[in-house]
Amino acid sequence: MSSATATTEPRAYHLPEEPHLHEGHSTMLGFWMYLMSDCLIFAILFATYAVLGGNFAGGPGPKDLFDLPLIAINTAMLLFSSITYGFAMLAMEKNKVSATQGWLFVTLLFGGAFLFIELYEFSHLIHEGAGPGRSAFLSAFFTLVGTHGLHVTFGSIWLITLMVQVAKKGLIPANKRRLLCLSMFWHFLDVIWIGVFTFVYLMGVLR
Amino acid sequence: MTTAQMIFGRLTWDSFPWHEPIVVATFCAVVLGGAAVVAALTYFKLWGYLWKEWFTSVDHKKIGIMYMVLGLIMFLRGFADAVMMRLQQALAFNGSEGYLNAHHYDQVFTAHGVIMIFFVAMPFITGLMNYIVPLQIGARDVSFPFLNNFSFWMTTGGAVLVMASLFLGEFAQTGWLAYPPLSGIDYSPATGVDYYIWALQVAGVGTTLSGINLIATIVKMRAPGMSIMKMPVFTWTSLCANILIVASFPILTATLVLLSLDRYAGTNFFTNDFGGNPMMYVNLIWIWGHPEVYILILPLFGVFSEVTSTFSGKRLFGYTSMVYATCCIMVLSYLVWLHHFFTMGSGASVNSFFGITTMIISIPTGAKLFNWLFTMYRGRVRFELPMMWTVAFMLTFTIGGMTGVMLAVPPADFVLHNSLFLIAHFHNVIIGGVLFGLFAAINYWWPKAFGFKLNQFWGHVSFWCWQVGFWLAFTPLYILGFMGVTRRMRVFDDPSLQIYFVIAAIGAAIVAAGIGAMLVQFALSIWKRDELKVEGDPWNGRTLEWATSSPPPEYNFAFTPVVYDADSWADMKRHGYQRPLTGYQAIHMPSSTGTGVILAGLATVCGFALIWYMWWLAALSFVGMIGFAIFHTFNYKRDYYIPVEDVTRTEEERTRILAAGV
Repeated sequence: MSSATATTEPRAYHLPEEPHLHEGHSTMLGFWMYLMSDCLIFAILFATYAVLGGNFAGGPGPKDLFDLPLIAINTAMLLFSSITYGFAMLAMEKNKVSATQGWLFVTLLFGGAFLFIELYEFSHLIHEGAGPGRSAFLSAFFTLVGTHGLHVTFGSIWLITLMVQVAKKGLIPANKRRLLCLSMFWHFLDVIWIGVFTFVYLMGVLR
Repeated sequence: MTTAQMIFGRLTWDSFPWHEPIVVATFCAVVLGGAAVVAALTYFKLWGYLWKEWFTSVDHKKIGIMYMVLGLIMFLRGFADAVMMRLQQALAFNGSEGYLNAHHYDQVFTAHGVIMIFFVAMPFITGLMNYIVPLQIGARDVSFPFLNNFSFWMTTGGAVLVMASLFLGEFAQTGWLAYPPLSGIDYSPATGVDYYIWALQVAGVGTTLSGINLIATIVKMRAPGMSIMKMPVFTWTSLCANILIVASFPILTATLVLLSLDRYAGTNFFTNDFGGNPMMYVNLIWIWGHPEVYILILPLFGVFSEVTSTFSGKRLFGYTSMVYATCCIMVLSYLVWLHHFFTMGSGASVNSFFGITTMIISIPTGAKLFNWLFTMYRGRVRFELPMMWTVAFMLTFTIGGMTGVMLAVPPADFVLHNSLFLIAHFHNVIIGGVLFGLFAAINYWWPKAFGFKLNQFWGHVSFWCWQVGFWLAFTPLYILGFMGVTRRMRVFDDPSLQIYFVIAAIGAAIVAAGIGAMLVQFALSIWKRDELKVEGDPWNGRTLEWATSSPPPEYNFAFTPVVYDADSWADMKRHGYQRPLTGYQAIHMPSSTGTGVILAGLATVCGFALIWYMWWLAALSFVGMIGFAIFHTFNYKRDYYIPVEDVTRTEEERTRILAAGV
């Protein structure tokens, strides 16, 4: 279009003042997208378990292997850790540094307990000769549950890092944002675990 | 285990391919060339400049250009593989074994596919989106500038691993998707598949993160007034492509993790024993793989839209339908994966479902084609180079699309599956669509990025060589495919086929001339850049990237633009927009950081160590990576202000140039 057709009235084509995008304006959205991409990884692992989970190759099946009371305790550990993380967030909203730190520490303990029980379960299975190489079912089982456990491990490392950062800098906006991201991550792992517990353990024993 | 094995894993003196004269000669050439480049950079004292201004930069424009350079370098490598295959197949008749042994030839066709998709097409489109999208939406940078730099270096790390496999060990001999059980440890015990896995894993992290980054950028950082239906079409198609990236690359990551567990930890996902199921892998990899081809083509659909409307001097015909067509394609791309293996034996109903969904994709794609044609209709079409590539795309891609619909018919596919017809089809759409689109984009936006146009004569030479060469190279493959010749053959028994392969080889030679002409075009244009100099808006552009200077200042726009129309720059020109000359302010920008280089470097070392079973090094580099990432989070000061004096100086310089130009 040439300027000869400039008929309409002039418009303001730029902002006179620089708009101030606050720091971390996209972080929550970006982190959500990361979580959804992570969710897809779990979706693939669930799908693989669904397809291969019945291929015992003459080896042990879920009924022979899963110890539901132990898994129930394990599940409780993870669910408690989510509640205590929630308490940490409530304390953070009120800007109470030491209460936040305290609840984060409790969360860490529950997360550690969860990991400890999971490792115990894994070592027990491997000692019984039901390691990940025994059958496609066990490959899919160890990979799905193990990937979740790996996430909890990295979540715990992240948690410790954030506790150090809160201790150093206090509850500044950047740290609050990071705590919120970890909060989403932690609850996300809870949701995944509910799926694992139902789909792998409960239905495995029922089947 | 000896000490040497503890330190070097399975890397030994014999891992170097001494017995392959072709590889040794290539290695010598690369070492000499590399040494010359390093010496030149050192002599001219350019290392500091490169490190400070480029490698550690978080500026989306510089990262975009680095992606394009990476894509170009890898393109030459991938094309060299193509030429080797064409030559081998043209020679290996009448009892001749050709000049490549099976071990080498199988690596060549695998590397060609892997490199062209992951390290040519992906860096090219990521680079384009990186450069153009923030400018088109009036932003100063992307949402996560550091992540952007990190993503680039991860992609580069993957490319480095693929290149390393040429001289150290071997590359996969499995075809570009590494189907098990062939890619399992029993049938591929050496390093080839491990190079494949870790190169793609390292690069894949970068791709996923850059996808997240660009979605967040487009959602959060559009200029005021730019509602979602006022976004330029290229931004729209980039948004859809990045959604596809985020929703499909994790699938690739997970699938390759399962394959590597089979290879490293003795699991049985895809093995033939203990309940494993190889077809599970084939399904999973194509659930990623089909969206992947749309990741590649969608941004180029956007390019064609921008180019057609700019060079027809008209608003794009059917903007809304273009957006909806893009979104339809985005969704449909997830519902067709099984058409890559109709022969799996999933039965008539499943095959029919996937055949029909595949054919349905041609409807929104056809709608796009008509939109471009109607945009040209009654337009003042200027046949500049970008427009020539666009018209060539329309012709080529339509034929490629039609052969695609043929393959979508399951009974026809049973005949054509894995034949050269398939090879001709997907080269027809990938070269005719993705590559022609990239050439259109490079010719179109080069003046934006560098402030001078590309030489037209050599552009024309390249264009015509490509057109003639492309059809000479691939028409014979269509014919051979109909005759039942399968892909990836190294030697042939039937002498009557040779003539077709000779014609295809001549075609490849003409394409090589086209690539040569393009390199001449770049070099000559850079050399004579003062004669080709342009101001901000050389093509009478229509979208926001043309509103600022060419090349743009690091802050992109001195003032945040306000948008009223999808063709916002055309709208500004129509309303007699005057560039503001006073009232500049300091501009908030992200700071450069070397963290991306270091983290991606450690990831690459970790991948290399895992390939060669150097467990200590793998553990060390992995811990180093986590540790350094944590260390990086302790740096809270990641931005700075460009002082108002600098902005004023830059803008006044432009005012002077504009005044001199008038």
